[in-house]
Amino acid sequence: MLFYAIRRVLGAIPTLLVIITLSFFLMRLAPGGPFAGDRVLPPEIARNIAAAYDLDKPLWQQFLIYLERLAHGDFGPSYKIRDFTVTQLIMNGFPVSLKLGLLAITLAVAVGTTLGILAALRQNRPADYSVMTLAMIGITIPSFVTAPLLQLIFGIYGLHIFGLNLSLPVGGWNGGAAQNLVLPVIVLALGPIAVIARITRGSMVEVLRSNFIRTARAKGLPTWRIIVHHALHAGLLPLVSYLGPAIADIVSGSLIVEQIFGLPGIGRYFVQAALNRDYTLVMGVTIFYAALIITLNLLVDLLYGVLDPRVRLK
Amino acid sequence: MTHPVLSVKNIDVRFATQDGEVHAVKNVSFDVNQGEVIGVVGESGSGKSQLFLAANGLLAGNGRVTGSVLYRGTELVGARPAALNAIRGSKITMIFQDPLTSLTPHMRVGDQIMETLRVHKHMSREAAAQRAVETLELVRIPEAKRRMRQYPHELSGGMRQRVMIAMATACGPDLLIADEPTTALDVTVQAQILEIMRDLKRELNTSIVLISHDMGVIAGMCDRVQVMRHGEFVESGPVDEIFYRPQHPYTQMLLDAMPRIDTPVRKGHINLKPEDANAPTLLSVDDVKVHFPVAAGGGIFPKYKPLRAVDGVSFTLKQGETLGIVGESGCGKSTLARAVIKLLPKTAGTIVWCGKNLGDASNEEIRALRKEFQIVFQDPLASLDPRMTIGQSIAEPLRSLEPLTSRHDVDARVRAIMEKVGLDPAWINRYPHEFSGGQNQRVGIARAMIFNPKLVICDEAVSALDVSIQAQIIDLILALQAEFGMSLIFISHDLSVVRQVAHRVMVLYLGRIVELAPRDAIYTDARHPYTKALISAVPIPDPKLERAKAKRLLPPELPSPLDTRSALMFLKSKRIDDPDAEQYRPRLIEETPGHFVAEHDPV
Repeated sequence: MLFYAIRRVLGAIPTLLVIITLSFFLMRLAPGGPFAGDRVLPPEIARNIAAAYDLDKPLWQQFLIYLERLAHGDFGPSYKIRDFTVTQLIMNGFPVSLKLGLLAITLAVAVGTTLGILAALRQNRPADYSVMTLAMIGITIPSFVTAPLLQLIFGIYGLHIFGLNLSLPVGGWNGGAAQNLVLPVIVLALGPIAVIARITRGSMVEVLRSNFIRTARAKGLPTWRIIVHHALHAGLLPLVSYLGPAIADIVSGSLIVEQIFGLPGIGRYFVQAALNRDYTLVMGVTIFYAALIITLNLLVDLLYGVLDPRVRLK
Repeated sequence: MTHPVLSVKNIDVRFATQDGEVHAVKNVSFDVNQGEVIGVVGESGSGKSQLFLAANGLLAGNGRVTGSVLYRGTELVGARPAALNAIRGSKITMIFQDPLTSLTPHMRVGDQIMETLRVHKHMSREAAAQRAVETLELVRIPEAKRRMRQYPHELSGGMRQRVMIAMATACGPDLLIADEPTTALDVTVQAQILEIMRDLKRELNTSIVLISHDMGVIAGMCDRVQVMRHGEFVESGPVDEIFYRPQHPYTQMLLDAMPRIDTPVRKGHINLKPEDANAPTLLSVDDVKVHFPVAAGGGIFPKYKPLRAVDGVSFTLKQGETLGIVGESGCGKSTLARAVIKLLPKTAGTIVWCGKNLGDASNEEIRALRKEFQIVFQDPLASLDPRMTIGQSIAEPLRSLEPLTSRHDVDARVRAIMEKVGLDPAWINRYPHEFSGGQNQRVGIARAMIFNPKLVICDEAVSALDVSIQAQIIDLILALQAEFGMSLIFISHDLSVVRQVAHRVMVLYLGRIVELAPRDAIYTDARHPYTKALISAVPIPDPKLERAKAKRLLPPELPSPLDTRSALMFLKSKRIDDPDAEQYRPRLIEETPGHFVAEHDPV
């Protein structure tokens, strides 16, 4: 398994190189540039700026320069967000997105699997139908609807039940204080909860029909034992492959949630950088996201090797 | 008089399905007495499995059961789960057909056996482990202690089924229900498993219900037999009555349809046409090898060892002749056949087809030659595209190899061949899922026959079918051969079927020929110990012959094909004790004209 991991990490290097090359040149295909604003700059200033950022050199030279800096761990300065390097921007924003994302995915796994298992055990009965309907709603309603709705209920009106004050702040980071996290985490988790519930239900229904569950029943085992010892393990395996990309997605932040709740995560950079032609920042977040996906997929495969004795990682 | 162990009265099983209600078991009654082996025989869909699942409260969610099942006076139908769980797994146990999927994949086999002991006997971990090892030894699993820590996928098929039996006998049951326990296993392994079950009955006086479609297995195992069809018992009686004086035409039909290894004659069916000694040679295969690289050991860059799936096989095939290829799973039967018709790349050797060396042929030429050799596969439904009508499937070879054929001609030829294989041409626009296995296999045969090929390879083509359907498909293949005169390579793990359809038989062991001879010579005068073992392992649907059979000689479990020593299992005297060494190659010696036997140690 160690050798397998080493081989996979080695294999990731060419993958990353291809991603870097493709995104570098594809990005330059788009018209405009970081300094092409509404205000037309005097030609001399424009030339100076271009020279300062090596933008006057042929494209292939720029690429080589970029690669060389990258090899030294230097992602370069942001073209648009003054006085910040790309590394600083990512390192400032990522802890915020990471904290929100991990909390959200933990919540989603806890709630989603519980609902999914419940639905599978009550297959084609009212409990199953209600869970699946809720899941459908969770998938179809976008976060820009749920977020303001929750802000309205818990933040603006405030909620008082049995004398308990359940009011929560509508936004802001506040150093990551618990009450500021609740609403964005819930909003981020809703989609994954729904997806996880559906995946879990589907695979549990299949597992419960399989031959080895019939054997377990024929052995006269109590139902709880059949579910916990025989069914759950196999039933939750498909979830692992979903969680890899899902975690990468959620910890890399969400533009919508960050905007609505006013959070300093990195999700917004993905959109802003592209719109602004902030070349170095686009490259930075792209490489960051690719590395995240590659790492998490590797973790998923390793985890599979641990969870399923039939999988041999060689 | 003693009370029966299990008393079944008026059991009726119905399933609610989308296509309406299915009446699977119709008002069935019978008793199982202490120490008795009852055979329940019937074809797929007869309700034989559902009957016993219902008796144990194991029906699928849409099943309903009425009637009464008394286990020593305790009612099981409608019993509370807790009451049921006190009996099943402990007093009444079951083993199932497919041991791989019937064991929990992520649990060590030891834990799975211990679990029943801990739940039913409330044993401590240590006591349960001790007892589990004893049970594994009882079913003759070598190195039982080590096996306890293995997962089901790490065991061979026969070992897995032994684990199932160990699990079912750990608590000392009164009644063991075995649902097709050997159907997925090779004959040699089947013989071992049946032997273990006989011992259990003798030593523990356990009653056994043996559910099977195989009259041979039933003949050798059972005291009484129930013949089941469409959810009803059509005939019941002592085993000799059923086999020697069957009353019901269905029983008679089952017995006639069952191929027998002790005779090539097919009673009431078409028989094989003798071969033409002067027919020209169609195919000659010389020293063909197919090796697959298999990663061995770890390391960042793993080493590859060759897996010798086919390792130096030579034979010739005459026009109109049928060559049967038999051997256990993993012996290279299918790989050999596929390499011969270039569905797989060979590693070495030459294949000469009608005087032309296929090694020199270009891809284009091979493509054109595909009209002359075709193949029929095992699983009829899985080998047809579910989104194509059977007409499209049959026409596909025509469309791709003779693309200029007009629509009208294609249609006419498809209809003509459908008629030939016994399919109503009016069904041309139907889909595979609308047909039974036998009908789908007719579609597969029609697709193979549409070019009137010179060679058809039947790769386990009748293995997945019920005996009555199997007999009809063999009739069809023999009739087509008599009419069109094509050669056949008939691959099967079932030696009885091969005796009926092949002129010559090749026995493969780990990718090499151990014996090759005309069919009667192989079956009546086998020379190689492996062939003898294979033949003696096949059950004959004749209780007296089965009882008279001396202790069967069985080959050891198939050793690893990656170990070069394995190939010399029957010539240990020439073996070099190194798993990677280049080993001696046993020669094929022509002992009598046409009868080739691989060198082996004297028995």
